[in-house]
Amino acid sequence: MTSSLPTDYWGRVVYLASHYAGSFLNGAWKTIAIAVVGTAAGCIIGFLVGIIQTIPVSPKDPWYKKAVLKIVRLILNVYVEVFRGTPMMVQAMFIYFGALQYTSLKLSMWSAAFLIVSINTGAYMAETVRGGILSIDIGQTEGAKAIGMSHFQTMLYVIFPQALRNIIPQIGNNLIINLKDSSVLSVIGTIELFYVAKQNAGTYYWYFEAMTIAMILYLIMTLTASRLLRWWEKKLDGPANYDLATTDTLAFTSGLVEYPADADDHFAERNKEGGEER
Amino acid sequence: MSEVILEIRHLSKTFGTNVVLRDIDFEVRKGDVISIIGASGSGKSTLLRCTNFLETPTSGQIIYHGKDLTASRIDEAAYRARVGMVFQSFNLFNNMTVLQNCMTGQIRVLKKKKEEAEAEARKYLEHVGMLPYINAKPRQLSGGQKQRVAIARALAMGPEILLFDEPTSALDPEMVGEVLAVMKDLAASGMTMMVVTHEMAFARDISSQVVFMKDGVICEQGSPDQIFKNPQRSETKDFLSRFMNS
Ligand SMILES: Nc1ncnc2c1ncn2[C@@H]1O[C@H](COP(=O)(O)OP(=O)(O)O)[C@@H](O)[C@H]1O
Ligand SMILES: [Mg+2]
Repeated sequence: MTSSLPTDYWGRVVYLASHYAGSFLNGAWKTIAIAVVGTAAGCIIGFLVGIIQTIPVSPKDPWYKKAVLKIVRLILNVYVEVFRGTPMMVQAMFIYFGALQYTSLKLSMWSAAFLIVSINTGAYMAETVRGGILSIDIGQTEGAKAIGMSHFQTMLYVIFPQALRNIIPQIGNNLIINLKDSSVLSVIGTIELFYVAKQNAGTYYWYFEAMTIAMILYLIMTLTASRLLRWWEKKLDGPANYDLATTDTLAFTSGLVEYPADADDHFAERNKEGGEER
Repeated sequence: MSEVILEIRHLSKTFGTNVVLRDIDFEVRKGDVISIIGASGSGKSTLLRCTNFLETPTSGQIIYHGKDLTASRIDEAAYRARVGMVFQSFNLFNNMTVLQNCMTGQIRVLKKKKEEAEAEARKYLEHVGMLPYINAKPRQLSGGQKQRVAIARALAMGPEILLFDEPTSALDPEMVGEVLAVMKDLAASGMTMMVVTHEMAFARDISSQVVFMKDGVICEQGSPDQIFKNPQRSETKDFLSRFMNS
């Protein structure tokens, strides 16, 4: 078998890719699973934290509401600062081995992997969501209040959809970062793409070749992710034109009303300034 | 005289140490169209915003159908659903189409069925001449069109009173007319309205009462004829002469 091993670079890449396809794809699949689940869970954490951080307090509120809110916010601030201020690789080992040695929590390697990516993403998303909510013009809230919506309804139906639209680019950023940075989980033995690439490389000491395949697979995943996110944005924006409803018997000049591109500009601008690079 | 809907009694509002409203006292009867005029910064917006509790009054009473709303913790949202407001900056929901803007309050707040809400929304959009635009998003409309949709949105809630805060001040001059026309129709149909405005012709010709504010107090109030033809206070005369000549 060893006699037939290829000796040139591309030959080795092709050899690894064909003989270890299952292993690479399995690793890539695990990377995708960790990134997608971690980003989704992180977004949910981020939304919850962001919403709690933006609950308005009025002087009329009872003291216990103010006190509880203050304590909860303090804790959430600590969470955000700690997880943004330390490397995910260190967090991974800290949590995985900490839980293993000092708690009765039997954290499996996989649950540890999902947990770490989720709470790490949550810490970043919390700030993004808070900024997204605060960036929505106060007039939107007043418009909703003026027709009798409660604070919760205002958030759910008016503020939140607009904030979400504005932070999609950040969600996309986080997804792409998680696709890449989940590679640090190999330190706790998570069998994702980087882990299997290293393993397969070690078989023949073909590191360059194995990493070529890993590079290509990571690139395919991140490019696909950014395309999907852009498609989602477009879909949420709805059509750039609107149909004039021509139900009236009076003959309206029917057809599409063209609107200049300026409709989308304001989002583009927002996204530029809203982006906190991770 | 028709039934009193709303009584504002000794209303005061301070922001920090800044006294913005002082001892404001008047009442709104069914079918009244009350124009509130006065220089910028005189407290007109704050008065409207206190009226529907977008701002919390510092002291005084707001009495709605004999019930003092400032006395106890009330359901502010339920009260606001009865008192519509039209803003200078429209404040249409940017994430919704014109039709959805006029339906969401009916569905979420009034708990109406979707079909009923849509029929109602279409009815009011037709009133304001915006029915052809039901599928447009606010960003695709001109200022005058936005304001007409905002009026339809407020009307769709079936309010008892409508508050207008300088509804035409953010509009290009050629669009002022279309919004004022809608407001005139509303007044003629018997809608109770409080209108903060710089459109003196509207205040003079359409209102049943004019309130002139200066530095947070009601300086003078009366019928349009009294205020515009025969003002008693020198401040009112000064304001009107400056306004009419500029
Ligand atoms: N939220 C606020 N905080 C502090 N001061 C305010 C606030 N809103 C209004 N004011 C002040 O109250 C005064 C009256 O404002 P406003 O009611 O908007 O006047 P008008 O509508 O007649 O122009 C102004 O001096 C303004 O600066
Ligand atoms: Mg004002």
